Amino acid sequence: MSLRRQLDQPWLLGLVGIFSLLLLWQLVAASRVVDPLFLPSPAEVLAAGAEQAQEGILVNDALASIGRVLGGYALSILVSLPLGIAMGSNRLVCQLLEPLLGLIRYMPAPAFIPLLIIYFGLGELPKVLLIFIGTLFFNTLMIMDAVKFVPRELLESALTMGGRGLQIITKVVAPFIAPQVLDAYRINMAAAWNLVIVAELVAANEGLGKRISLAQRFLRTDEIFVGLIVIGLIGLLIDLGFRLLMRRTCRWAI
Amino acid sequence: MHLSVKGVSKSFGKGRDSKLVLEDINLEINSGEFVALVGSSGSGKSTVMRLIAGLEQPSSGTIHMDDRPVRGPGPDRGMVFQKYSLYPWLSAADNVAFGMRLQGRNKRDVKERTAYFLEVVGLQDSASRFPRQLSGGMQQRVAIARALAADPKVMLLDEPFGALDLQIRESMQEFLYQLWERSGLTALLITHDLEEALLMAQKVHIMAPGPGRIVRTVAATLDRSNLSALRMERSFLELREDLAGCLRGLDQEPAVLAARSLASTTGSSSSG
Repeated sequence: MSLRRQLDQPWLLGLVGIFSLLLLWQLVAASRVVDPLFLPSPAEVLAAGAEQAQEGILVNDALASIGRVLGGYALSILVSLPLGIAMGSNRLVCQLLEPLLGLIRYMPAPAFIPLLIIYFGLGELPKVLLIFIGTLFFNTLMIMDAVKFVPRELLESALTMGGRGLQIITKVVAPFIAPQVLDAYRINMAAAWNLVIVAELVAANEGLGKRISLAQRFLRTDEIFVGLIVIGLIGLLIDLGFRLLMRRTCRWAI
Repeated sequence: MHLSVKGVSKSFGKGRDSKLVLEDINLEINSGEFVALVGSSGSGKSTVMRLIAGLEQPSSGTIHMDDRPVRGPGPDRGMVFQKYSLYPWLSAADNVAFGMRLQGRNKRDVKERTAYFLEVVGLQDSASRFPRQLSGGMQQRVAIARALAADPKVMLLDEPFGALDLQIRESMQEFLYQLWERSGLTALLITHDLEEALLMAQKVHIMAPGPGRIVRTVAATLDRSNLSALRMERSFLELREDLAGCLRGLDQEPAVLAARSLASTTGSSSSG
Protein backbone atom coordinates (compact mmCIF):
# COMPACT_ATOMS: atom_id res chain seq x y z
CA MET A 1 0.00 0.00 0.00
CA SER A 2 1.39 3.37 -0.97
CA LEU A 3 1.92 6.13 1.56
CA ARG A 4 -0.79 8.20 -0.02
CA ARG A 5 -3.33 5.41 0.42
CA GLN A 6 -2.16 4.72 3.94
CA LEU A 7 -2.70 8.37 4.76
CA ASP A 8 -6.15 8.33 3.21
CA GLN A 9 -7.94 7.03 6.31
CA PRO A 10 -10.88 9.08 7.51
CA TRP A 11 -9.49 9.61 11.02
CA LEU A 12 -5.77 9.43 10.62
CA LEU A 13 -4.92 12.86 9.24
CA GLY A 14 -7.40 14.54 11.55
CA LEU A 15 -5.66 13.01 14.55
CA VAL A 16 -2.29 14.00 13.13
CA GLY A 17 -3.52 17.60 12.93
CA ILE A 18 -4.73 17.61 16.53
CA PHE A 19 -1.59 15.99 17.89
CA SER A 20 0.63 18.40 15.96
CA LEU A 21 -1.06 21.32 17.65
CA LEU A 22 -0.72 19.63 21.05
CA LEU A 23 2.95 19.03 20.40
CA LEU A 24 3.51 22.63 19.32
CA TRP A 25 1.72 23.80 22.46
CA GLN A 26 3.89 21.55 24.64
CA LEU A 27 7.09 22.78 22.95
CA VAL A 28 6.20 26.46 23.32
CA ALA A 29 5.08 25.95 26.94
CA ALA A 30 8.23 23.96 27.83
CA SER A 31 10.53 26.55 26.23
CA ARG A 32 9.17 29.17 28.66
CA VAL A 33 9.18 31.78 25.90
CA VAL A 34 5.69 32.69 27.02
CA ASP A 35 4.94 33.42 30.66
CA PRO A 36 3.30 30.24 32.11
CA LEU A 37 0.71 32.52 33.63
CA PHE A 38 -0.53 33.17 30.10
CA LEU A 39 0.20 29.80 28.55
CA PRO A 40 0.01 26.80 30.89
CA SER A 41 1.42 23.51 29.63
CA PRO A 42 -0.91 20.72 28.49
CA ALA A 43 -0.04 18.80 31.66
CA GLU A 44 -1.07 21.74 33.86
CA VAL A 45 -4.34 22.10 31.98
CA LEU A 46 -4.98 18.38 32.38
CA ALA A 47 -4.29 18.67 36.09
CA ALA A 48 -6.66 21.63 36.45
CA GLY A 49 -9.29 19.62 34.57
CA ALA A 50 -8.78 16.60 36.80
CA GLU A 51 -9.13 18.80 39.87
CA GLN A 52 -12.38 20.31 38.60
CA ALA A 53 -13.67 16.88 37.73
CA GLN A 54 -12.84 15.54 41.18
CA GLU A 55 -14.64 18.39 42.89
CA GLY A 56 -17.63 17.68 40.69
CA ILE A 57 -17.61 21.23 39.32
CA LEU A 58 -16.84 20.13 35.78
CA VAL A 59 -19.80 17.77 35.43
CA ASN A 60 -22.08 20.28 37.14
CA ASP A 61 -21.03 23.08 34.81
CA ALA A 62 -21.23 20.91 31.74
CA LEU A 63 -24.72 19.67 32.67
CA ALA A 64 -25.91 23.22 33.35
CA SER A 65 -24.70 24.43 29.95
CA ILE A 66 -25.93 21.35 28.08
CA GLY A 67 -29.35 21.67 29.75
CA ARG A 68 -29.74 25.26 28.56
CA VAL A 69 -28.63 24.40 25.05
CA LEU A 70 -30.98 21.43 24.82
CA GLY A 71 -33.92 23.43 26.19
CA GLY A 72 -33.47 26.40 23.89
CA TYR A 73 -32.56 24.33 20.87
CA ALA A 74 -35.42 21.88 21.31
CA LEU A 75 -37.78 24.84 21.30
CA SER A 76 -36.08 26.16 18.16
CA ILE A 77 -36.41 22.77 16.46
CA LEU A 78 -40.08 22.46 17.36
CA VAL A 79 -41.00 25.91 16.06
CA SER A 80 -38.73 26.09 13.01
CA LEU A 81 -39.91 22.83 11.44
CA PRO A 82 -43.59 23.69 10.91
CA LEU A 83 -42.73 27.34 10.26
CA GLY A 84 -40.09 26.50 7.66
CA ILE A 85 -42.38 23.99 5.93
CA ALA A 86 -45.26 26.48 5.89
CA MET A 87 -43.02 29.19 4.42
CA GLY A 88 -41.50 26.83 1.87
CA SER A 89 -44.76 25.39 0.65
CA ASN A 90 -47.05 28.42 0.76
CA ARG A 91 -46.18 31.52 -1.19
CA LEU A 92 -48.38 33.81 0.89
CA VAL A 93 -46.91 32.68 4.20
CA CYS A 94 -43.46 33.12 2.69
CA GLN A 95 -44.18 36.64 1.44
CA LEU A 96 -45.60 37.53 4.84
CA LEU A 97 -42.72 36.24 6.94
CA GLU A 98 -39.53 36.16 4.88
CA PRO A 99 -38.72 39.91 5.07
CA LEU A 100 -39.44 39.87 8.79
CA LEU A 101 -37.20 36.88 9.44
CA GLY A 102 -34.52 38.26 7.17
CA LEU A 103 -34.52 41.45 9.24
CA ILE A 104 -34.43 39.80 12.67
CA ARG A 105 -31.78 37.37 11.49
CA TYR A 106 -29.35 40.27 11.13
CA MET A 107 -29.91 41.43 14.69
CA PRO A 108 -27.11 39.78 16.68
CA ALA A 109 -28.69 37.49 19.24
CA PRO A 110 -26.33 38.57 22.09
CA ALA A 111 -27.72 42.09 21.66
CA PHE A 112 -31.01 40.71 22.99
CA ILE A 113 -29.42 39.77 26.32
CA PRO A 114 -30.04 43.10 28.11
CA LEU A 115 -33.68 43.03 27.01
CA LEU A 116 -34.10 39.41 28.08
CA ILE A 117 -32.58 40.16 31.48
CA ILE A 118 -34.94 43.11 31.96
CA TYR A 119 -37.94 40.95 30.99
CA PHE A 120 -37.08 37.65 32.61
CA GLY A 121 -34.40 38.32 35.21
CA LEU A 122 -31.26 36.29 35.69
CA GLY A 123 -32.72 32.77 35.83
CA GLU A 124 -32.73 30.03 33.22
CA LEU A 125 -35.51 31.41 31.04
CA PRO A 126 -33.58 34.29 29.45
CA LYS A 127 -30.69 31.95 28.56
CA VAL A 128 -32.98 29.38 27.01
CA LEU A 129 -34.81 32.11 25.10
CA LEU A 130 -31.53 33.59 23.86
CA ILE A 131 -30.61 30.26 22.31
CA PHE A 132 -34.11 29.99 20.87
CA ILE A 133 -33.98 33.46 19.31
CA GLY A 134 -30.44 33.01 18.10
CA THR A 135 -31.11 29.80 16.18
CA LEU A 136 -34.79 29.94 15.21
CA PHE A 137 -34.38 32.17 12.17
CA PHE A 138 -31.45 30.31 10.68
CA ASN A 139 -33.18 26.97 11.18
CA THR A 140 -36.44 28.25 9.72
CA LEU A 141 -34.89 29.83 6.64
CA MET A 142 -32.76 26.76 5.91
CA ILE A 143 -35.80 24.48 6.19
CA MET A 144 -37.79 26.84 3.97
CA ASP A 145 -35.09 26.61 1.31
CA ALA A 146 -35.02 22.82 1.53
CA VAL A 147 -38.80 22.71 0.99
CA LYS A 148 -38.58 25.05 -2.00
CA PHE A 149 -36.15 22.68 -3.68
CA VAL A 150 -38.32 19.56 -3.48
CA PRO A 151 -38.40 18.45 -7.16
CA ARG A 152 -41.69 19.30 -8.84
CA GLU A 153 -41.96 15.78 -10.28
CA LEU A 154 -42.04 14.24 -6.80
CA LEU A 155 -44.90 16.51 -5.72
CA GLU A 156 -46.85 16.13 -8.94
CA SER A 157 -46.45 12.34 -8.99
CA ALA A 158 -48.11 12.22 -5.58
CA LEU A 159 -50.87 14.58 -6.76
CA THR A 160 -51.64 12.39 -9.78
CA MET A 161 -51.90 9.34 -7.52
CA GLY A 162 -54.53 10.95 -5.35
CA GLY A 163 -52.33 12.67 -2.75
CA ARG A 164 -53.80 15.69 -1.01
CA GLY A 165 -52.48 18.62 1.08
CA LEU A 166 -51.26 17.19 4.34
CA GLN A 167 -50.37 13.82 2.76
CA ILE A 168 -48.04 15.62 0.35
CA ILE A 169 -46.32 17.29 3.31
CA THR A 170 -45.94 14.15 5.41
CA LYS A 171 -45.23 11.59 2.67
CA VAL A 172 -43.22 13.61 0.17
CA VAL A 173 -41.91 16.88 1.56
CA ALA A 174 -40.93 15.65 5.03
CA PRO A 175 -38.90 12.61 3.96
CA PHE A 176 -37.26 14.54 1.13
CA ILE A 177 -36.06 17.41 3.30
CA ALA A 178 -35.12 15.22 6.30
CA PRO A 179 -31.39 15.05 5.45
CA GLN A 180 -31.15 18.80 4.85
CA VAL A 181 -33.11 19.54 8.02
CA LEU A 182 -30.81 17.34 10.09
CA ASP A 183 -27.83 19.06 8.52
CA ALA A 184 -29.28 22.50 9.25
CA TYR A 185 -29.85 21.48 12.87
CA ARG A 186 -26.31 20.17 13.10
CA ILE A 187 -24.76 23.34 11.67
CA ASN A 188 -26.85 25.75 13.73
CA MET A 189 -26.20 23.77 16.89
CA ALA A 190 -22.80 25.45 16.89
CA ALA A 191 -24.55 28.81 17.22
CA ALA A 192 -26.62 27.51 20.14
CA TRP A 193 -23.47 26.40 21.86
CA ASN A 194 -21.83 29.79 21.27
CA LEU A 195 -24.81 31.63 22.69
CA VAL A 196 -25.05 29.63 25.91
CA ILE A 197 -21.46 30.55 26.70
CA VAL A 198 -22.12 34.22 25.92
CA ALA A 199 -25.19 34.17 28.16
CA GLU A 200 -23.23 32.57 30.98
CA LEU A 201 -20.41 35.07 30.64
CA VAL A 202 -22.95 37.81 31.29
CA ALA A 203 -24.89 36.28 34.17
CA ALA A 204 -24.99 32.80 35.65
CA ASN A 205 -24.22 30.84 38.81
CA GLU A 206 -22.88 27.80 37.05
CA GLY A 207 -22.02 26.60 33.57
CA LEU A 208 -18.90 26.28 31.46
CA GLY A 209 -19.06 29.91 30.37
CA LYS A 210 -19.46 31.03 33.96
CA ARG A 211 -16.42 28.97 34.97
CA ILE A 212 -14.34 30.63 32.26
CA SER A 213 -15.30 34.10 33.37
CA LEU A 214 -14.50 33.23 37.02
CA ALA A 215 -11.14 31.82 35.94
CA GLN A 216 -10.39 35.09 34.18
CA ARG A 217 -11.01 37.00 37.40
CA PHE A 218 -8.39 34.88 39.21
CA LEU A 219 -6.02 34.76 36.25
CA ARG A 220 -6.40 30.96 36.07
CA THR A 221 -5.54 30.50 32.40
CA ASP A 222 -5.32 26.73 32.94
CA GLU A 223 -9.00 26.69 33.90
CA ILE A 224 -9.90 28.82 30.91
CA PHE A 225 -8.16 26.26 28.72
CA VAL A 226 -10.08 23.45 30.46
CA GLY A 227 -13.35 25.24 29.76
CA LEU A 228 -12.50 25.86 26.10
CA ILE A 229 -11.43 22.28 25.48
CA VAL A 230 -14.48 20.79 27.20
CA ILE A 231 -16.78 23.09 25.22
CA GLY A 232 -15.06 21.99 22.03
CA LEU A 233 -15.30 18.31 22.90
CA ILE A 234 -19.00 18.46 23.78
CA GLY A 235 -19.65 20.33 20.55
CA LEU A 236 -17.78 17.66 18.60
CA LEU A 237 -19.79 14.91 20.28
CA ILE A 238 -23.08 16.63 19.43
CA ASP A 239 -21.91 17.03 15.85
CA LEU A 240 -21.02 13.34 15.64
CA GLY A 241 -24.40 12.48 17.18
CA PHE A 242 -26.19 14.38 14.41
CA ARG A 243 -24.05 12.68 11.78
CA LEU A 244 -24.83 9.29 13.26
CA LEU A 245 -28.55 10.09 13.33
CA MET A 246 -28.33 11.14 9.69
CA ARG A 247 -26.59 7.91 8.75
CA ARG A 248 -29.22 5.89 10.59
CA THR A 249 -32.32 7.65 9.28
CA CYS A 250 -31.37 9.02 5.87
CA ARG A 251 -29.26 6.27 4.39
CA TRP A 252 -30.65 7.03 0.93
CA ALA A 253 -29.17 10.51 0.88
CA ILE A 254 -25.60 9.69 1.87
CA MET B 1 -63.70 6.10 -20.08
CA HIS B 2 -63.90 9.09 -22.33
CA LEU B 3 -61.58 12.05 -22.22
CA SER B 4 -62.33 15.08 -24.28
CA VAL B 5 -60.37 18.27 -24.76
CA LYS B 6 -62.43 20.98 -26.45
CA GLY B 7 -61.16 24.31 -27.73
CA VAL B 8 -58.46 24.57 -25.10
CA SER B 9 -56.11 27.53 -25.14
CA LYS B 10 -53.48 28.35 -22.60
CA SER B 11 -51.38 31.41 -22.02
CA PHE B 12 -48.77 31.96 -19.36
CA GLY B 13 -48.03 35.28 -17.73
CA LYS B 14 -50.18 38.36 -17.38
CA GLY B 15 -50.85 41.52 -19.36
CA ARG B 16 -48.21 42.51 -21.90
CA ASP B 17 -45.87 39.68 -20.91
CA SER B 18 -48.53 37.06 -21.50
CA LYS B 19 -47.58 34.40 -24.01
CA LEU B 20 -50.02 32.16 -25.83
CA VAL B 21 -48.61 28.63 -25.71
CA LEU B 22 -51.64 26.62 -26.85
CA GLU B 23 -54.39 27.58 -29.23
CA ASP B 24 -57.65 25.74 -29.81
CA ILE B 25 -56.59 22.20 -28.92
CA ASN B 26 -59.19 19.51 -29.59
CA LEU B 27 -58.71 15.83 -28.97
CA GLU B 28 -60.54 12.80 -27.68
CA ILE B 29 -59.37 9.59 -26.09
CA ASN B 30 -61.59 6.56 -25.62
CA SER B 31 -61.18 3.50 -23.44
CA GLY B 32 -58.38 1.23 -24.59
CA GLU B 33 -56.91 3.67 -27.08
CA PHE B 34 -53.24 4.50 -27.40
CA VAL B 35 -52.91 8.08 -28.60
CA ALA B 36 -49.68 10.00 -29.20
CA LEU B 37 -48.96 13.70 -29.32
CA VAL B 38 -45.82 14.51 -31.31
CA GLY B 39 -44.10 17.84 -31.62
CA SER B 40 -40.78 19.58 -31.31
CA SER B 41 -39.80 21.38 -28.14
CA GLY B 42 -41.88 24.51 -27.68
CA SER B 43 -44.93 23.02 -29.34
CA GLY B 44 -46.71 22.92 -26.00
CA LYS B 45 -47.26 19.15 -26.01
CA SER B 46 -46.24 18.80 -22.38
CA THR B 47 -48.60 21.62 -21.47
CA VAL B 48 -51.48 19.71 -23.05
CA MET B 49 -50.63 16.77 -20.83
CA ARG B 50 -50.33 18.93 -17.72
CA LEU B 51 -53.72 20.43 -18.47
CA ILE B 52 -55.28 16.98 -18.79
CA ALA B 53 -53.54 15.89 -15.58
CA GLY B 54 -55.07 18.93 -13.88
CA LEU B 55 -51.67 20.31 -12.92
CA GLU B 56 -52.46 23.45 -14.92
CA GLN B 57 -55.78 25.14 -15.69
CA PRO B 58 -56.76 26.07 -19.27
CA SER B 59 -57.17 29.76 -20.07
CA SER B 60 -60.20 28.87 -22.17
CA GLY B 61 -61.93 25.75 -23.39
CA THR B 62 -62.90 22.67 -21.44
CA ILE B 63 -61.47 19.31 -20.48
CA HIS B 64 -63.89 16.58 -19.50
CA MET B 65 -63.25 13.15 -18.08
CA ASP B 66 -66.36 10.97 -18.39
CA ASP B 67 -68.50 14.11 -18.73
CA ARG B 68 -67.08 15.57 -15.53
CA PRO B 69 -64.92 18.69 -15.87
CA VAL B 70 -61.29 18.31 -14.85
CA ARG B 71 -60.56 20.77 -12.02
CA GLY B 72 -57.36 19.39 -10.57
CA PRO B 73 -55.09 16.38 -10.44
CA GLY B 74 -56.67 13.06 -9.51
CA PRO B 75 -55.89 9.35 -9.38
CA ASP B 76 -58.06 8.67 -12.45
CA ARG B 77 -55.30 10.25 -14.57
CA GLY B 78 -51.97 8.62 -13.76
CA MET B 79 -48.78 10.23 -14.96
CA VAL B 80 -45.28 9.05 -15.80
CA PHE B 81 -42.63 11.77 -15.99
CA GLN B 82 -39.47 11.83 -18.07
CA LYS B 83 -37.21 11.28 -15.06
CA TYR B 84 -36.50 11.92 -11.38
CA SER B 85 -39.97 11.02 -10.25
CA LEU B 86 -39.26 8.02 -8.01
CA TYR B 87 -39.00 8.68 -4.29
CA PRO B 88 -35.31 8.15 -3.55
CA TRP B 89 -35.91 7.17 0.09
CA LEU B 90 -38.27 4.33 -0.85
CA SER B 91 -37.44 0.91 -2.26
CA ALA B 92 -38.83 -0.08 -5.66
CA ALA B 93 -41.66 -1.97 -3.93
CA ASP B 94 -42.50 0.96 -1.64
CA ASN B 95 -42.49 3.27 -4.63
CA VAL B 96 -45.00 1.03 -6.39
CA ALA B 97 -47.09 0.88 -3.22
CA PHE B 98 -46.93 4.65 -2.72
CA GLY B 99 -50.06 5.64 -4.63
CA MET B 100 -52.11 2.77 -3.20
CA ARG B 101 -51.14 3.82 0.33
CA LEU B 102 -52.11 7.42 -0.40
CA GLN B 103 -55.50 6.12 -1.47
CA GLY B 104 -55.82 4.14 1.75
CA ARG B 105 -56.07 0.63 0.29
CA ASN B 106 -55.84 -2.15 2.83
CA LYS B 107 -52.45 -3.70 3.56
CA ARG B 108 -53.02 -7.09 1.97
CA ASP B 109 -54.34 -5.51 -1.18
CA VAL B 110 -51.32 -3.20 -1.38
CA LYS B 111 -48.91 -6.08 -0.88
CA GLU B 112 -50.51 -8.26 -3.52
CA ARG B 113 -50.84 -5.52 -6.11
CA THR B 114 -47.27 -4.34 -5.49
CA ALA B 115 -45.92 -7.82 -6.16
CA TYR B 116 -48.19 -8.15 -9.19
CA PHE B 117 -47.20 -4.87 -10.83
CA LEU B 118 -43.52 -5.38 -10.12
CA GLU B 119 -43.86 -8.65 -11.96
CA VAL B 120 -45.75 -6.97 -14.79
CA VAL B 121 -42.74 -4.70 -15.39
CA GLY B 122 -40.32 -7.59 -14.82
CA LEU B 123 -38.72 -6.25 -11.66
CA GLN B 124 -39.89 -8.74 -9.03
CA ASP B 125 -36.24 -9.42 -8.19
CA SER B 126 -35.48 -5.76 -7.57
CA ALA B 127 -38.29 -5.10 -5.11
CA SER B 128 -36.01 -4.12 -2.24
CA ARG B 129 -33.57 -2.06 -4.26
CA PHE B 130 -33.52 1.72 -4.07
CA PRO B 131 -33.95 3.97 -7.12
CA ARG B 132 -30.28 4.95 -7.25
CA GLN B 133 -29.39 1.24 -7.43
CA LEU B 134 -31.53 0.85 -10.56
CA SER B 135 -30.64 1.72 -14.15
CA GLY B 136 -32.55 4.47 -15.96
CA GLY B 137 -34.71 1.95 -17.81
CA MET B 138 -35.52 0.06 -14.62
CA GLN B 139 -36.43 3.30 -12.87
CA GLN B 140 -38.89 4.15 -15.60
CA ARG B 141 -40.41 0.68 -15.36
CA VAL B 142 -40.90 1.20 -11.62
CA ALA B 143 -42.51 4.57 -12.39
CA ILE B 144 -44.86 2.86 -14.85
CA ALA B 145 -45.68 0.12 -12.34
CA ARG B 146 -46.37 2.77 -9.71
CA ALA B 147 -48.72 4.67 -12.00
CA LEU B 148 -50.51 1.45 -13.02
CA ALA B 149 -50.87 0.26 -9.43
CA ALA B 150 -52.72 3.46 -8.53
CA ASP B 151 -55.39 2.20 -10.95
CA PRO B 152 -55.82 5.16 -13.32
CA LYS B 153 -58.40 5.26 -16.09
CA VAL B 154 -55.86 6.83 -18.42
CA MET B 155 -52.07 6.87 -18.32
CA LEU B 156 -50.37 10.10 -19.27
CA LEU B 157 -46.80 9.42 -20.41
CA ASP B 158 -44.63 12.53 -20.71
CA GLU B 159 -41.59 11.54 -22.80
CA PRO B 160 -41.18 8.51 -20.57
CA PHE B 161 -38.13 7.22 -22.45
CA GLY B 162 -36.67 10.58 -23.43
CA ALA B 163 -33.77 10.30 -21.00
CA LEU B 164 -32.79 6.74 -21.93
CA ASP B 165 -30.10 5.41 -24.25
CA LEU B 166 -31.28 4.52 -27.73
CA GLN B 167 -31.03 0.74 -27.28
CA ILE B 168 -32.80 0.71 -23.94
CA ARG B 169 -35.35 3.06 -25.41
CA GLU B 170 -36.21 0.54 -28.13
CA SER B 171 -36.68 -2.30 -25.69
CA MET B 172 -38.76 -0.05 -23.44
CA GLN B 173 -40.98 0.87 -26.40
CA GLU B 174 -41.60 -2.79 -27.06
CA PHE B 175 -42.23 -3.36 -23.37
CA LEU B 176 -44.76 -0.53 -23.20
CA TYR B 177 -46.55 -1.64 -26.34
CA GLN B 178 -46.89 -5.20 -25.09
CA LEU B 179 -48.05 -3.91 -21.73
CA TRP B 180 -50.75 -1.88 -23.46
CA GLU B 181 -51.76 -4.87 -25.55
CA ARG B 182 -52.03 -7.20 -22.55
CA SER B 183 -53.62 -4.89 -20.03
CA GLY B 184 -55.99 -2.93 -22.24
CA LEU B 185 -55.00 0.32 -20.59
CA THR B 186 -55.70 3.71 -22.11
CA ALA B 187 -52.66 5.82 -22.80
CA LEU B 188 -51.66 9.25 -24.04
CA LEU B 189 -48.01 9.43 -25.02
CA ILE B 190 -46.12 12.69 -25.40
CA THR B 191 -42.96 12.44 -27.46
CA HIS B 192 -40.75 14.30 -29.93
CA ASP B 193 -39.85 10.95 -31.52
CA LEU B 194 -42.06 10.15 -34.51
CA GLU B 195 -40.92 6.55 -34.70
CA GLU B 196 -41.84 6.01 -31.07
CA ALA B 197 -45.30 7.47 -31.61
CA LEU B 198 -46.01 5.50 -34.79
CA LEU B 199 -44.78 2.24 -33.29
CA MET B 200 -47.27 2.30 -30.47
CA ALA B 201 -50.15 4.67 -31.07
CA GLN B 202 -53.17 4.09 -33.30
CA LYS B 203 -53.76 7.79 -33.48
CA VAL B 204 -50.98 10.37 -33.78
CA HIS B 205 -51.51 14.11 -33.43
CA ILE B 206 -48.78 16.34 -34.83
CA MET B 207 -48.28 19.61 -33.00
CA ALA B 208 -46.73 22.82 -34.29
CA PRO B 209 -45.16 25.55 -32.18
CA GLY B 210 -45.86 29.27 -31.88
CA PRO B 211 -48.58 28.99 -30.54
CA GLY B 212 -48.90 25.26 -29.93
CA ARG B 213 -51.63 23.71 -32.03
CA ILE B 214 -52.54 20.38 -33.60
CA VAL B 215 -51.86 20.59 -37.32
CA ARG B 216 -52.38 17.04 -38.42
CA THR B 217 -53.91 13.84 -37.13
CA VAL B 218 -53.19 10.43 -38.60
CA ALA B 219 -54.63 7.04 -37.86
CA ALA B 220 -51.69 4.66 -37.83
CA THR B 221 -53.18 1.29 -38.67
CA LEU B 222 -50.13 -0.92 -38.87
CA ASP B 223 -49.40 -4.56 -38.24
CA ARG B 224 -47.66 -4.42 -34.88
CA SER B 225 -47.09 -8.13 -34.33
CA ASN B 226 -43.35 -7.59 -34.67
CA LEU B 227 -42.22 -4.13 -33.68
CA SER B 228 -38.54 -4.47 -34.54
CA ALA B 229 -39.50 -5.63 -38.03
CA LEU B 230 -42.05 -2.85 -38.29
CA ARG B 231 -39.32 -0.24 -37.70
CA MET B 232 -37.77 -1.31 -41.02
CA GLU B 233 -40.95 -1.85 -43.03
CA ARG B 234 -41.48 0.27 -46.08
CA SER B 235 -45.01 1.47 -45.34
CA PHE B 236 -43.88 2.43 -41.84
CA LEU B 237 -40.85 4.32 -43.09
CA GLU B 238 -42.91 6.13 -45.74
CA LEU B 239 -45.50 7.24 -43.20
CA ARG B 240 -42.73 8.32 -40.88
CA GLU B 241 -40.94 10.26 -43.61
CA ASP B 242 -44.17 11.94 -44.65
CA LEU B 243 -44.86 13.11 -41.11
CA ALA B 244 -41.23 14.00 -40.50
CA GLY B 245 -41.43 16.24 -43.55
CA CYS B 246 -44.50 17.86 -42.06
CA LEU B 247 -42.66 18.43 -38.76
CA ARG B 248 -39.57 19.76 -40.49
CA GLY B 249 -41.65 22.15 -42.54
CA LEU B 250 -43.18 23.50 -39.36
CA ASP B 251 -39.88 23.85 -37.57
CA GLN B 252 -38.00 25.43 -40.39
CA GLU B 253 -40.68 27.83 -41.54
CA PRO B 254 -38.91 31.00 -40.33
CA ALA B 255 -35.51 29.75 -41.51
CA VAL B 256 -36.86 28.74 -44.92
CA LEU B 257 -38.58 32.08 -45.36
CA ALA B 258 -35.38 33.89 -44.43
CA ALA B 259 -33.40 31.77 -46.89
CA ARG B 260 -35.94 32.43 -49.63
CA SER B 261 -35.91 36.17 -49.15
CA LEU B 262 -32.13 36.08 -49.16
CA ALA B 263 -32.17 34.06 -52.41
CA SER B 264 -34.59 36.50 -54.04
CA THR B 265 -32.49 39.55 -53.13
CA THR B 266 -29.26 37.98 -54.40
CA GLY B 267 -31.20 36.81 -57.47
CA SER B 268 -32.48 40.31 -58.24
CA SER B 269 -29.10 41.89 -57.70
CA SER B 270 -27.38 39.48 -60.07
CA SER B 271 -30.00 40.00 -62.74
CA GLY B 272 -29.86 43.77 -62.31
